[in-house]
Amino acid sequence: MDKQQAQRKNSKMVVKLMAIVLGMFGFGFALVPLYDVLCDALGINGKTSEVAAVYESVEVDTSRLITVDFITRINTGMPWEFKAKTRQVKVHPGEMSQVNFYVRNPTKSLIVGQAVPSVSPGPAALYMNKTECFCFEQQTLQAGEEVLMPMKFYVDPQLPKNITYFTVQYTLYNVTASAEVVAMN
Amino acid sequence: MTATTNDTHHDGPHDEEHHEHHIPTGIKRWLYTTNHKDIGTLYLWFAFIMFLTGGAMAMVIRAELFQPGLQIVEPNFFNQMTTVHGLIMVFGAVMPAFTGLANWLIPMMIGAPDMALPRMNNWSFWILPFAFAILLSSLFMEGGGPAFGWTFYAPLSTTYSNDGTALFVFAVHIMGASSIMGAINVIVTIWNMRAPGMTWMKMPLFVWTWLITAFLLIAVMPVLAGAVTMVLTDKFFGTSFFDAAGGGDPVMFQHIFWFFGHPEVYIMILPAFGIISQIIPTFARKRLFGYASMVYATASIALLSFIVWAHHMFTTGMPVAAELFFMFATMLISVPTGVKVFNWVATMWRGSMTFEVPMLFALAFIVLFTIGGLSGLMLAITPVDFQYHDTYFVVAHFHYVLVTGAIFSIMAAVYYWLPKWTGKMFDIGLAKWHFWCSLISVNVLFFPMHFVGLAGMPRRIPDYALQFADFNKWISIGGFAFGLSQLIFLALLIKACKKKGEPVSDQVWEGAEGLEWEIPSPAPYHTFETPPEVK
Ligand code: HEM
Ligand SMILES: [Cu+2]
Repeated sequence: MDKQQAQRKNSKMVVKLMAIVLGMFGFGFALVPLYDVLCDALGINGKTSEVAAVYESVEVDTSRLITVDFITRINTGMPWEFKAKTRQVKVHPGEMSQVNFYVRNPTKSLIVGQAVPSVSPGPAALYMNKTECFCFEQQTLQAGEEVLMPMKFYVDPQLPKNITYFTVQYTLYNVTASAEVVAMN
Repeated sequence: MTATTNDTHHDGPHDEEHHEHHIPTGIKRWLYTTNHKDIGTLYLWFAFIMFLTGGAMAMVIRAELFQPGLQIVEPNFFNQMTTVHGLIMVFGAVMPAFTGLANWLIPMMIGAPDMALPRMNNWSFWILPFAFAILLSSLFMEGGGPAFGWTFYAPLSTTYSNDGTALFVFAVHIMGASSIMGAINVIVTIWNMRAPGMTWMKMPLFVWTWLITAFLLIAVMPVLAGAVTMVLTDKFFGTSFFDAAGGGDPVMFQHIFWFFGHPEVYIMILPAFGIISQIIPTFARKRLFGYASMVYATASIALLSFIVWAHHMFTTGMPVAAELFFMFATMLISVPTGVKVFNWVATMWRGSMTFEVPMLFALAFIVLFTIGGLSGLMLAITPVDFQYHDTYFVVAHFHYVLVTGAIFSIMAAVYYWLPKWTGKMFDIGLAKWHFWCSLISVNVLFFPMHFVGLAGMPRRIPDYALQFADFNKWISIGGFAFGLSQLIFLALLIKACKKKGEPVSDQVWEGAEGLEWEIPSPAPYHTFETPPEVK
């Protein structure tokens, strides 16, 4: 009788401990959104929003002029040419502006690309509002095709006063393989 | 009654016994055993075999690095060696050895007849050989084994790895399941099966440190399982947890990995603290100084270990505030660690010390582990780490805390309790040879790594600049000598298992105190079937 009681006590405890184990397994995955939320909130890793901003009745702050640089980078394994047509703009916070990027697929096959933006210094990313961007979706270029890709943005007038200059970098990745996996699924 | 022991039936002349259970013989005894002592022995032998296997890989590494240039192995194979060496030593040698000691000792120390969950105990051991068979077999497959380091950073383990990564992931899952089962068993045993009178604050420190370690294990092994799962789906199923092109972030891998990884390094040292806290009082013939502070120090180390992980990531471009936070949090850990070292020294102060072999290893532990702790403190200083990160200085640091820390403590434990297990004194001459050869060679092996690290030699490279040649030659010589010294240990253990040697008393060591020293030597197959009364 004692033995059985002991065993029941043990199994109860095992169940509780297994709950911790499962909880921590879940926590490992919860770290993924948590990481994004934290980075977003604190503007740590220079990621900009992945959805288009809406531009409506934003007051233009003509007292300040912000310099924005645009640079491009090609990841290994991506054969495209990728250039910023406009290297630099000077804008008032709240003012809409448009810049263009040029891409060409010089190979003999179809390639899917994905551009990923990164803003430096990181905190500026929170105030870089894009109403239209090629980085919101994947780009598919046929062999030899070339395209001019537009990007429209405005700088949020809330931008901290100490930031007068920031850089937006686009890295272009070859995602043909994973695009195929997704298409297959 | 039969629930905790195995009930394989035999035909034959032994049927008159009814209370004592038959011990099946041969391989079946070991396959089906649910006895904590048998399983402890299995764990310890398995750990030792893995120690020799991982050690053989280290010999390949040191042979290649004996002189500059590429002479013996290809760079890709070299990377496989560093990776699998690390994985085997962490998950195959150190962790199973501690689990083996837990199995042998915890029931005997708290006056319990066995572990609380004997069948699960059998499982948690027997899945381990499969995990390592899978991992090792990947070395012989096309493309070779994992070559991305034991830390398997993405994208090395995703974009740039071979298909064998699936085997690596599977093996790590099995190892993780084994550790989690082992940890649950330890917690339930300690929680529910202490003998009457064995209150929390009377528990031997080895039991305390293992209890806290077991909680760390169930908290972070599942996170490791999550990390390898994400690597698997990123690589084979088109997710992009760590792939910037798909909206993921490779730096996040490091956060998740080290959230597991830093507590993991404490999983490999807390039981060592427990062992040393058992041995020092015995041979100083004094009670442990500051028992309660030892318990609290262990608990605070365990809690703090969850908030320091990013000291492995100072160079990833974190914001300054985070760099500072992780720097100070890391330095904070040295306070409870310092308390421990202080308590051990205070225990020896004015004790009547003798220097039997377990004590020799324990003393070497205190000195050499402290050296590792000091280099850890240096690495914790953010601006300084920018220079030291990913150099041999880091390699020196973690080998001091892991080899002369964790592994020396395991050897100390084996020498301390081996006579209780076999009933015979081990060959003291061989043991002293083992100690002195190991002590000298381990320092020739790891101390110069500080210098080449400070001079800028990167870790995980098969070739290096000429300026590092002399030190590397010494390091390799130390490495071979340390490797050979372990063969002395092997000889000693084989001799001990053949039950050669002088019979020992129940207490074995003059100053030893605790329940395990009150039972006969060798410890009978079943102990404390009726719980002892602890006063
Ligand atoms: C005083 C205590 C300690 C401090 C302050 C400390 C600090 C550090 C720091 C800052 C690093 C990162 C170095 C770098 O990559 O640039 C590091 C690496 C490491 N530490 Fe410690 N440490 C301590 C104790 C320990 C202990 C007790 C262990 C294990 C038993 C340990 C195992 C490791 C390992 C394995 C690594 C390298 C991981 C890798 O990159 O492969 N450390 N330590
Ligand atoms: Cu750490």
